[in-house]
Amino acid sequence: MLNNFVTPDLFPVIPEIFLLTMACVILLVDAFIGNGKRWITSFLTLLTLIGCALITYLTMDGQVVLTFSNMFVDDLLADFLKLMLYLSMIVVVIYSRDWLAARQLDKGEYYLLVLFATLGMMVMISAAHFLSIYLGLELMSLSLYALVALDRDSPKATEAAMKYFILGALASGLLLYGMSMVYGATGTLEIGGVAQALHLGVANKTVLVFGLVFIVSGIAFKLGAVPFHMWVPDVYQGAPTPITLLIASAPKLAAFAMALRMLVYGLFELAEHWQQMLLILAVLSIALGNLAAIAQTNIKRMLAYSTISHMGFMLLGLMSGTVGADRHFALNAYSSAMYYSVAYVLMSAGAFGVILLLSRAGYDAEHLEDFKGLNQRSPWFAAVMLAIMFSMAGVPFFVGFFAKFSVLLAAVDAGHIAVAVFAVMFSLIGAFYYLRVVKLMYFDAPVDAAPIVASPDMRFLLSLNGAAVALFGIFPDALMSLCTYALLRSL
Amino acid sequence: MTSFLLSLTIWIPILGAFAVFATGNDRKLARMMALAVALIGFAVTLPLYLGFDVSQAGMQFVEQRAWIPRFNIDYFLGVDGISMLFILLNSFITIIVVIAGWEVIEDKVAQYMGAFLIMSGLMNGIFCALDAVLFYVFFEASLIPMYIIIGVWGGPNRVYAAFKFFLYTLLGSLLMLIALIYLFLASGGSFNLLDWHQLKLELAPQILLFIAFLVAFAVKVPMWPVHTWLPDAHVEAPTGGSVVLAAIMLKLGAYGFLRFSLPIAPDASHTLAPMMIALSLIAVIYIGFVALVQADMKKLIAYSSISHMGFVTLGFFIFNQLGVEGALVQMISHGFVSAAMFLCVGVMYDRMHSRQIADYGGVVNNMPKFAGFFVLFAMANSGLPATSGFVGEFMVALGAIKFNFWIGFLAATTLVLGAAYTLWMIKRVVYGVVANPHVAELTDINGREFVVLGLLALCVLAMGVYPYPFTDVMHASVDNLLKHVAVSKL
Repeated sequence: MLNNFVTPDLFPVIPEIFLLTMACVILLVDAFIGNGKRWITSFLTLLTLIGCALITYLTMDGQVVLTFSNMFVDDLLADFLKLMLYLSMIVVVIYSRDWLAARQLDKGEYYLLVLFATLGMMVMISAAHFLSIYLGLELMSLSLYALVALDRDSPKATEAAMKYFILGALASGLLLYGMSMVYGATGTLEIGGVAQALHLGVANKTVLVFGLVFIVSGIAFKLGAVPFHMWVPDVYQGAPTPITLLIASAPKLAAFAMALRMLVYGLFELAEHWQQMLLILAVLSIALGNLAAIAQTNIKRMLAYSTISHMGFMLLGLMSGTVGADRHFALNAYSSAMYYSVAYVLMSAGAFGVILLLSRAGYDAEHLEDFKGLNQRSPWFAAVMLAIMFSMAGVPFFVGFFAKFSVLLAAVDAGHIAVAVFAVMFSLIGAFYYLRVVKLMYFDAPVDAAPIVASPDMRFLLSLNGAAVALFGIFPDALMSLCTYALLRSL
Repeated sequence: MTSFLLSLTIWIPILGAFAVFATGNDRKLARMMALAVALIGFAVTLPLYLGFDVSQAGMQFVEQRAWIPRFNIDYFLGVDGISMLFILLNSFITIIVVIAGWEVIEDKVAQYMGAFLIMSGLMNGIFCALDAVLFYVFFEASLIPMYIIIGVWGGPNRVYAAFKFFLYTLLGSLLMLIALIYLFLASGGSFNLLDWHQLKLELAPQILLFIAFLVAFAVKVPMWPVHTWLPDAHVEAPTGGSVVLAAIMLKLGAYGFLRFSLPIAPDASHTLAPMMIALSLIAVIYIGFVALVQADMKKLIAYSSISHMGFVTLGFFIFNQLGVEGALVQMISHGFVSAAMFLCVGVMYDRMHSRQIADYGGVVNNMPKFAGFFVLFAMANSGLPATSGFVGEFMVALGAIKFNFWIGFLAATTLVLGAAYTLWMIKRVVYGVVANPHVAELTDINGREFVVLGLLALCVLAMGVYPYPFTDVMHASVDNLLKHVAVSKL
């Protein structure tokens, strides 16, 4: 048997191998340093992420390379999303450091779980096989469940973790069940193989569509789209803020990649079916997310509902590809969804960054009231939050406008004018609660006069984050073209 | 040859604003810097007028470069006779606003001045954008500084007014966004406004597009019945905010009709003209009566603005040269007059902290210089000959009578109504005996206020006596527009 063993091509997997090795090293190092020297762990974690970014960047060649018996793919899409992923993880680690240190939560486990979650997302992004998708998804999800419960003495966090775990496990089960249907109908779990079997028309469509329903449900759960959104507000609110920041950023990229790989790469022949499902999910998410956010007084919960509506927009882009045509014709739609995800991660990271900035030892700035008079306390960070809020509301010149614009363009192009009108009307409703945050920051007098303390690197990164929200709005072309190019070379 | 003039008119105020923000808490420096930026901003608009070729109907000072090549979106600027004057007006009003807020604003001076400068740059962008997305981006971005201005420096009910202002205008512009996307796809992938003007369209899509644009621009103008945000915004906004709102922001909607609705959907414009004329006449007459009963001076001037803007939209939809040119003259004149009226109310408010007509009476006894200005602007507001207010109203009324006698007749009632509500207010506020001890303690305007009102008075009189430099500039472009609109696209 050993004679048949072929060493897989390890070259495309170097970033993953590097990250895993470093995670093991950090685990050991952390065991030997005391609690006072946690900065070493944090520093090593950052170094690992930067190292991964360098490796991914330097080995990027635009070729589609399959390895591990077609279970793993390295293409430009994966490289691009991974770079975004590292970036957002670096941001997460830097934003969360002070907050965790002030609460004695900056344990070694935090950094390790962050790294493992990153690894899981990398596998999801690069998966070319239904099983590797599942593998990555579980690695990510289990790390996240544990992270939510990081503050184990907090009943709220524990409750959130339980909810997240139970519902997440259910969703994983649904996804797996859907995959088994696909396997039953096509006899393969390779994404390329499934696509081929569908193309040849040998598969049983009834079974496939049945399985598709479960797969779409699983994806919708991970994205937090209505009606699979129940966990989102509770987890966002209950989890420690840095973990909320983590959940609200990078996993959306991974979930987008997962949706793209399964639905577009694998089940494209069933597009007319999944597009209808995504349309319903998108419309419901946009409506419910925006309406429910108005009623919130907790900003984390408000942002949770805002996430739901943003994911609705992203799905709207994803479902606007043209049916019956070559995948390349639907490029605009997919790239608009991808651009939306990237823009969303940028905005979401900034928003939670500001919340973390306002928090200090023993005090979480999680109520809307805590933003009162921010303009008087710190005009610069009030301006950063202003940019992020207007960006989320879709007002130019901020990145969020062009994200919405390209999604709407794709939707109208696909003939969904009524849906586009519906979506903009609900963004109008959504504008209200973003404006309310601006109102609190600018129009009201501060209730909390404490000076804002934050480390210089966090201040710098947060400023950069705010500037990026504005700059990508003034010069949106580079990022948009990058998304399109990465997709074009990978389809 | 590419010209950078238009870019300068947009970006000098915006970048200057960031320099003003950087002054932080140094109020004096912030004021000086803001004034310098506003003056430079106005200075760079002068070559636009001086170098303008009046015989040419097309776009001048054109600047075009790719902005978002993926969607064929260009950074495409240019002005014609219709838009050029508004850039000058806007940059001029910015100077006025900066001087008017000099000592009045004590709180967060740098942010106040910066917000106005940013808004000025954005509005210049709206007037010279020839790419639909660029236009939209400026159009919507200009809401942000105004929202902040009303909300931070406004009156007691400012939060309500700021939200109403923002959401109302956003409602309109979001529908326009869908219309723009539709046109992009219908034109085979172009956001170029000039291409769209030539685009053939069926009547049904034309009507839908017209309605989408109508919602966006009618809110901005504002036309009856979507005008209700304006009195609130005006009453709560600080004086500078009201000035910009009345003098420039309302013109954006009317300008949009000329740039989008009429040339892109000419057949729909003709089909729906009766409706537009009816809405305009309602604004002129009904809102005129509403203005008559106002007890708050700012509200009265706000309603008077709506009524005057009704005259402007009426001028557009009677499709003759007199009407359109008269409407444009009226827009510019109203820019001066309404700005001056709001400044006058601001002068009194700074001293008395009241805008109620009932709190005043006999102001002329203590403020003779001020009373002179106020009466002059009131006369201009009611359309007295030899003031700028007369020229536009007369031209539109004449054009309307040429179009249909009864429409002209109804429109002309504004001359009576306008005189009635303005002069009645003047009578109660300025003349009569000194009403109460507070009025008796009033001091006349200082040098700064004199300069501001004096500059505006000069403009009002000059335009009233010799409007030729204004009409001359717009003649060729308006002529061209009307010829274009007369040709069916079906």
